[in-house]
Amino acid sequence: MENITLTIDGQKVEAKKGMTVLEAAQAANIYIPTLCHHPDLEPYGGCRLCVVEIENTRGLPASCVTPATDGMVVRTCTPAVDAERRTALELLLSTHPFDCLVCDRRKVNRRCTPYDVCLRSVAVTDRCVTCPANERCELQAVVDRLGMKSCRLPRVTRPYPIDSSNPFFEIDHNRCILCARCTRTCNELTGIGAIEMAYRGFSMKVSTFGDKPLFESICKSCGECMAHCPVGAMSPKDAVWPEKEVKTTCPYCGVGCQMLLGVKDNKVVQIRGERENNVNKGGLCVKGRFGVVEFVGHTDRLTKPLVKQDDGFAETTWDSALEEIANKLSRYKPDEVAVISSAKCTNEDNYVLQKFARAALGTHNIDHCARL
Amino acid sequence: MNQGKPAKSNERKIFVCHGTGCVSTKGMEVREALEKALAEARLQDIRVDFTGCHGFCEQGPIVFTEPDGVFYCHVGVKDVPEIVESHLRNGQPVVRLHFKDPLTGEVVPLFKDINFYKKQQRIVLRNCGRINPERIEDYIAVGGYEPLRKAFTEMTPGLVIEEIKRSGLRGRGGAGFPTGLKWSFCQQAPDFPKYMVCNADEGDPGAFMDRSVMEGDPHTVIEGMTIAAYAIGATEGYIYIRAEYPLAVKRVRIALEQAEKKGFLGKNILGSGFDFRVHVKEGAGAFVCGEETALIASIEGKRGMPRARPPFPANSGLWGKPTNINNVKTLASVTAIIANGADWYSKIGTEKSKGTAVFALTGKIANSGLIEVPMGIPLRKIIYEIGGGILNGKQFKAVQTGGPSGGCLPASYLDTPVDYESLAAAGSIMGSGGMVVMDEDTCMVDVARYFLSFTQAESCGKCVPCRVGTKHMLDMLSNICCGKGKPSDLDLLKELAEQIKVGSLCALGGTAPNPVLTTMRYFRDEYDAHVHQKKCPALACPELTNYYILPDKCQGCGLCLRACPVAAIAGGKRLVHVIDQEKCIKCSTCLDVCPRRFDAVAKASAEKIEVPSEPVPVTAKKPVSVASGSISEE
Repeated sequence: MENITLTIDGQKVEAKKGMTVLEAAQAANIYIPTLCHHPDLEPYGGCRLCVVEIENTRGLPASCVTPATDGMVVRTCTPAVDAERRTALELLLSTHPFDCLVCDRRKVNRRCTPYDVCLRSVAVTDRCVTCPANERCELQAVVDRLGMKSCRLPRVTRPYPIDSSNPFFEIDHNRCILCARCTRTCNELTGIGAIEMAYRGFSMKVSTFGDKPLFESICKSCGECMAHCPVGAMSPKDAVWPEKEVKTTCPYCGVGCQMLLGVKDNKVVQIRGERENNVNKGGLCVKGRFGVVEFVGHTDRLTKPLVKQDDGFAETTWDSALEEIANKLSRYKPDEVAVISSAKCTNEDNYVLQKFARAALGTHNIDHCARL
Repeated sequence: MNQGKPAKSNERKIFVCHGTGCVSTKGMEVREALEKALAEARLQDIRVDFTGCHGFCEQGPIVFTEPDGVFYCHVGVKDVPEIVESHLRNGQPVVRLHFKDPLTGEVVPLFKDINFYKKQQRIVLRNCGRINPERIEDYIAVGGYEPLRKAFTEMTPGLVIEEIKRSGLRGRGGAGFPTGLKWSFCQQAPDFPKYMVCNADEGDPGAFMDRSVMEGDPHTVIEGMTIAAYAIGATEGYIYIRAEYPLAVKRVRIALEQAEKKGFLGKNILGSGFDFRVHVKEGAGAFVCGEETALIASIEGKRGMPRARPPFPANSGLWGKPTNINNVKTLASVTAIIANGADWYSKIGTEKSKGTAVFALTGKIANSGLIEVPMGIPLRKIIYEIGGGILNGKQFKAVQTGGPSGGCLPASYLDTPVDYESLAAAGSIMGSGGMVVMDEDTCMVDVARYFLSFTQAESCGKCVPCRVGTKHMLDMLSNICCGKGKPSDLDLLKELAEQIKVGSLCALGGTAPNPVLTTMRYFRDEYDAHVHQKKCPALACPELTNYYILPDKCQGCGLCLRACPVAAIAGGKRLVHVIDQEKCIKCSTCLDVCPRRFDAVAKASAEKIEVPSEPVPVTAKKPVSVASGSISEE
């Protein structure tokens, strides 16, 4: 692809033709704040935080929707840009709860730790009680970055109830900044189109068809919208801060999505898609995102081999179980045996199993459950 | 009705206006009654027909006769026998139905003598009210589809564009972009197919220019569209009309069908080998869909929200293909330009703004209606000569041009010429053509609040400055109107307004602060009075205005007491009535019903008038003592 050169804040920047000004700046590690832009999604131009000055261009174009051209001269921090950005941010803050701005703990640059006393609760254990996205909120990050300390405008709210109809996550319209990342995700990435913007003016909201509760819509509960929400407007119902993250492959099907298990007290508490791989690029389905948490630690889960006896199943060791199987299999002719593998196994496991069936047992009777 | 016969010039005709305004005041019944009465009176040589809007809807239903040119206003079914007997049979026009000048009271019998029409120059509206809009033969009889023939047979697409460029025509949707240039961009776009879209999503409150053209002369628009399509090479067209215009939709559909039958549309137009088909798309009534990228999204079945440009629709518009979008009035002008030539058109108007402008003139003005004037005409001429001045002898205060996002200009700007640049320099816009006249009783803060409430409700919500910023501005203005405004609000309001203007994604947000910025610029004293003295100088904001019954004038008649909807007035026979200020809802009913000869109800803002606390017997006359002149006694 053709390379172009533009000047951003006096710095010569190489970019590819077709990139937006924002992308070119990000590629060159030049910070331009944005909330509605997401690399997975088509440019939108709604939040107006990414406005810049471009020579020979009228007004303050939004860099996320302005194509970069060769020889373009861009300025990202002029007084006019700064004023516009601050106004946009102040306007957004006036529609969003800003408890985190006034949290006293914030002033000493310390995060809440277990059993810290909070304004809202006698003890903070699992997460910030005022916001599920605290410390992971992009709005908060932009506010910090621009050094905004207060909001001159009165708080304005849209009186919409929280939609908690979905069993896995909820939509809190009071926190929503209407960046439309969720609706664009649902339309552009998943192709479901369960949510879209509804109503006009200040009454605009994320809505399902006919403004029904999310669970009564065609929503597939994949939670991709939630994963793209920059603030705490969409959050898992049992949001808990993980202590660490462990990278693994989703065990639910053979696609092999990469995921990061958020772990706390040796339990999986949250899961997010791993962006750095070519299989799912950060995406997950309802099973991977919400199901794994439940089944990994479920009490019904088999963790040891069981052997059938007259009075039910008894626990045994892998060695004795395998020996038992080998003994029994050797009594049959190859055609009398069939092997069923699971779609939850990895490709490698399945490969080994069919090799075992064909080479070791000598049967072609091998199948799997992935076409359920 | 002699449907289908072409009009003959010496034929006696009587036309009933069938624009939306006159249809709603029972113009259709009048026409039916006329047909019946003429048949009964055996006056079959007189043809009864209907026309589109005359633009003078407040006088409707309008009836006029040809060839004598008599103009009747407010015609009801009951007036029909008199018109038939006196005028049509005996040649004596019915004087009581003539137009009466609301200011002078002078009776004007003939169409051509009415000031409202006399001072206009009609190009876009040339056929409105003159022909039957549902009959293509009428349109052809006045020279219709000749320009199309001329363009298709004598001109290449390049020549058509050159002609439009030379005429100096600029987009009548509001932005004023040169039409010929816009066409050439689309013509040069390499992609195919191309689309030609007519923007008929007229959404300004009180404006009905585009509707009237589509109702009164739909073929002009279709012809202009076909010429444009030929010029840019578009084979498909859309007319985006709001669904609230059912009559316009109906007439455009009829016109499309007729034009296709006559070979002016469809396959192989006039044997040229050029195809062009037009679809009607009914919009759901979003103001923002007048913005071209939002309009395109709406046609595509998406939520009507604008997107950033580039890419411009000329390169990537409808379905991602090159698209040209023109306003109804622009297309109606195109037909006239091709018919009469660019030189003729470019002689009208000013150096940079050519041709005519159509306005929906409303407000506190004697003649309100649809007007068409040459560009460059001073506002004063429109308001005082065509509009007939301010009603009830009141003082002119301000005029707002350009719809809800236009600016309000004060009396000192009355000599501003109406063209794109002069209006922009004064802080207003040409817009699509709304013009609201305000008098001394209008509170400018309230006006700003009103227009902002419209733009806020119609904001698509996509970008933050427009969605949230206008909300805060509206809240501040509402507070100021209620007397809850803080001095710091004024600076913040101005700052917000300026940032919203710069930072919004589309022209809706970019122009929404105009009413606020211009009223703050020209009527700052009114803002200050509201904020500092908690006073509404125009006595218009209910929360800052009180009603009093003057003890020296009240005769104790009891009219106000009976009329008060909330029983806030105490009194009795021959007792001075007293308004309970706690209960009063400031509906002004008492002031309206108090007999003129008593004039006992007064309005005041930030002033207290001494009145008895409870009803007392009506006493001898004594002058009322008032501290300041802010009381308006009606």
